[in-house]
Amino acid sequence: MIHLRPIAAILLRQYYLMRGSPARVLPVFAWAAIDIVLWGFITRYLNAITTSGPNFIPMLLGAVLFWDFFTRVMYGVTTTFLEDVWSRNFLNLFATPLTIFEYLTGLVLSSIATSAIGLMVMLILATAAFGLSFFGYGLMLIPYLLVLFLFGISLGILANALVLRYGPAAEWFVWPIPAFLSPFAAVFYPMSVLPHWMQVVSHLLPPAYVFESMRTILAGQAARPAMLLWAASLAILYILLTSWLFTRIHHRAIRTGLIARYTAETAT
Amino acid sequence: MVLSITDLRKIYGKTAAVDGVSFNVKRNEIVGLLGPNGAGKTTIINMVLGILEPSAGSIHIEGVDIATHRRRALEGTNFTAVYAPLPGNLTVYQNLRFFGLLYGVCDLDERIAAVLQQFDLEGFRNTKCGVLSSGEQTRAGLAKAMLNQPHLLLLDEPTASLDPATARDIRAKICEFAGREAVGVLWTSHNMAEVEKVCDRVLFLSHGRILLEGNPKTLPREHGKETLEDLFIAVAREPLTLEGNGT
Repeated sequence: MIHLRPIAAILLRQYYLMRGSPARVLPVFAWAAIDIVLWGFITRYLNAITTSGPNFIPMLLGAVLFWDFFTRVMYGVTTTFLEDVWSRNFLNLFATPLTIFEYLTGLVLSSIATSAIGLMVMLILATAAFGLSFFGYGLMLIPYLLVLFLFGISLGILANALVLRYGPAAEWFVWPIPAFLSPFAAVFYPMSVLPHWMQVVSHLLPPAYVFESMRTILAGQAARPAMLLWAASLAILYILLTSWLFTRIHHRAIRTGLIARYTAETAT
Repeated sequence: MVLSITDLRKIYGKTAAVDGVSFNVKRNEIVGLLGPNGAGKTTIINMVLGILEPSAGSIHIEGVDIATHRRRALEGTNFTAVYAPLPGNLTVYQNLRFFGLLYGVCDLDERIAAVLQQFDLEGFRNTKCGVLSSGEQTRAGLAKAMLNQPHLLLLDEPTASLDPATARDIRAKICEFAGREAVGVLWTSHNMAEVEKVCDRVLFLSHGRILLEGNPKTLPREHGKETLEDLFIAVAREPLTLEGNGT
């Protein structure tokens, strides 16, 4: 049976931390805002030098916004977990009645809160400064964001499992994960330009379907809901798999005593 | 019984950190868990807290098996340890609220006010735990430990690193709480004078096994030693000789 108070505790703790620390609040939207500004000017320049080409603003700036949203979701799950790593709080935390499911739920809800703030800032900036309009996507915007959100959650849980298994130093594996995946996710180009082996990987990544579908709509063709349904199914499957992996690694940490003496030295 | 441990074992590879330990703690009883470094004290406490899985044996807290009903068993349990300070990036109040929710404490505001007063922490309510002195951090840890009015309290060297005056105040507060709430306490310490003062019963551990058990005031003489500290040193240096004289 799931209890709401322990989940509320995880959310409240994150709120306390952010309220008292501008260094934690700024990354929620600062890097995304920088990306929007940078890519906003790049797309404006591309539109200026290609008079009869496609409109780069929705194509590139829209893609950047979606990709940054996905990245914020993943980092939202990870940074909430890392707060417990940084403050060496595992012993106090896991000696309470809190269950792993409640803990993961708390991490996900924290990520929803922070990524929603980031998304709002990005949307306002991209619309106000560069005229990006999302009305072109219509209702498809919701499944796009949902698929990216679900996949971000699954990668966040995977990253947490890696840190729990390999120790605090494994944090450095976590930050580059979105950058590592971006060439395969076909954020800025169609999957068809990739070599065959990269396309195989792309077909396993839900964001690749989102960006393909997005370009289809911008090209004036009908959206393919079946493709997005498949992407959402993949993302849900990844959440289940990574949650199972996290639970297994947590159980291993309980068996070996790692939770009680979690440091860089003991985890490896 | 508030705590009932039966034939508890923890094996790491070929080493037995805890090797067939059985004991009980009753309500309104303070039991000292003594032994040299590496004897298995903290390993036992971690298993009772559910953060370390036993290799064999069982742990029941108020009759509830922690292996199968972890939440129910831990709702009435709490602990503090010198090596597990509260997160330094939250204030005392924020930490108490956070852990109060995790333990499902009812009337949380009232409980927080009560433990803040009990441990003279009202002046540090909005101070981040990371900037508190050792004594203040210990008091904050104890406030957290008593927040859910546990029936079983695990204290792993609660007065380590404190000056004698602060340690005496802390001991008095723990004993007062334990007596008032009829709590069962499992207390580890390397301070034998402290153990003699506060514990109703002591268990001497060596190499993961209980070597001796008894009243801390009479146990030394039963084994030909003047003081509890002499007995402790004997246990640490010559456990096998003492084992032959066991109770």
